[in-house]
Amino acid sequence: MNSNMEAKKYMNPYLAGFILGLALIASFYFSGRGVGASGAVKSTVTTVVNTIAPEHAQDSHFYGKYIKGGKNPMNAWLVFEILGVIFGGLISGALSGRLKFTIEHSPKITAKTRIILAISGGFFVGIGASLGRGCASGAAMSGMAVLSTAGFISFMAIFGGAFLFAYFFRKLWI
Amino acid sequence: MGPLITQGIISPEWNPMIAFIIGIGFGFALEQAGFSSSRKMIGIFYGYDMIVVRMFLTAVLTSAIGLLFFNYLGWVDYDLLYVNPTFIWSAIIGGLFVGLGIIMSGFCPGTSFSALSIGKIDAMAFVGGIALGVFFYAETFELLFEKLFKAGNLGNIRIYDTLGISPGLFMFLFIIFGIGLFWFTIFIKKKFSARNLKY
Repeated sequence: MNSNMEAKKYMNPYLAGFILGLALIASFYFSGRGVGASGAVKSTVTTVVNTIAPEHAQDSHFYGKYIKGGKNPMNAWLVFEILGVIFGGLISGALSGRLKFTIEHSPKITAKTRIILAISGGFFVGIGASLGRGCASGAAMSGMAVLSTAGFISFMAIFGGAFLFAYFFRKLWI
Repeated sequence: MGPLITQGIISPEWNPMIAFIIGIGFGFALEQAGFSSSRKMIGIFYGYDMIVVRMFLTAVLTSAIGLLFFNYLGWVDYDLLYVNPTFIWSAIIGGLFVGLGIIMSGFCPGTSFSALSIGKIDAMAFVGGIALGVFFYAETFELLFEKLFKAGNLGNIRIYDTLGISPGLFMFLFIIFGIGLFWFTIFIKKKFSARNLKY
């Protein structure tokens, strides 16, 4: 830890995991559902397409189900939850002195490479989370919290996939 | 008895507020643990940082054990909790795509929102990338993905039914597995700490 922006150390991961677990229990106890993240992006994309090309959106098998009967896709549980995630992260970063505009990357790659890889990685995550009905939080973590078979399959596929491809991208990280 | 909103004990109008508050807990925990750093999070795949396993699995075990106890104590109706449906092929192939994206970017959607909240520009680029991926998926859905998306539907099943054992026995085995994995992370981290990466 050589940089001065690391004002405070990170929390013990087991304690942070326990807090996250309590948030998950609260989510199921109140709303009967778990947390997620990629769904909020899906709502945003659907809203943008529906605003620019409403007829195209109505015809689509993908967008159609989110806007049927004049439903507003932004009025979704996950959208409010993600606004909370951003706010919660901001509070944590402020308390620990980690608020700073920066591009974080390994010294062995340039900031430009980092941004290109971040966008490309996001692109694959966007496809994968849509196809797999959720990401690491929505499908895997929330699924496993209620012991759904889908949660365990998603968990193994996501982590297995990342380990499978890790060798090919090692120069980006180590 | 929960889930409170599903059963109409609290009005659904509270959903956005509750979602927001739970999101704060989620985002706070992710950032505090260090998930806002892509290089810290990716450490699990190269053996130099174990937060992913430690935090993720602790959260899963805490919530799975907690909800099972809530059910036994009659505080929550387990059958009313949302169980995501198992579509075997789309879950596997979609998961592999997500895995590829994670190793390229060092983020998954949840962690990227916690990272962008503290000013990580690469996280903002990643979220833009997700939007592009969703758009590509949506526009080619009927052509490329629809058949795969709907194939192999096994319904809203739970893992202990799939394996044919009781919930209690499954949970016991899962806890043993978790403790084993936690122990394993200590071993792995010792082995790789010689690299002494600065990040």
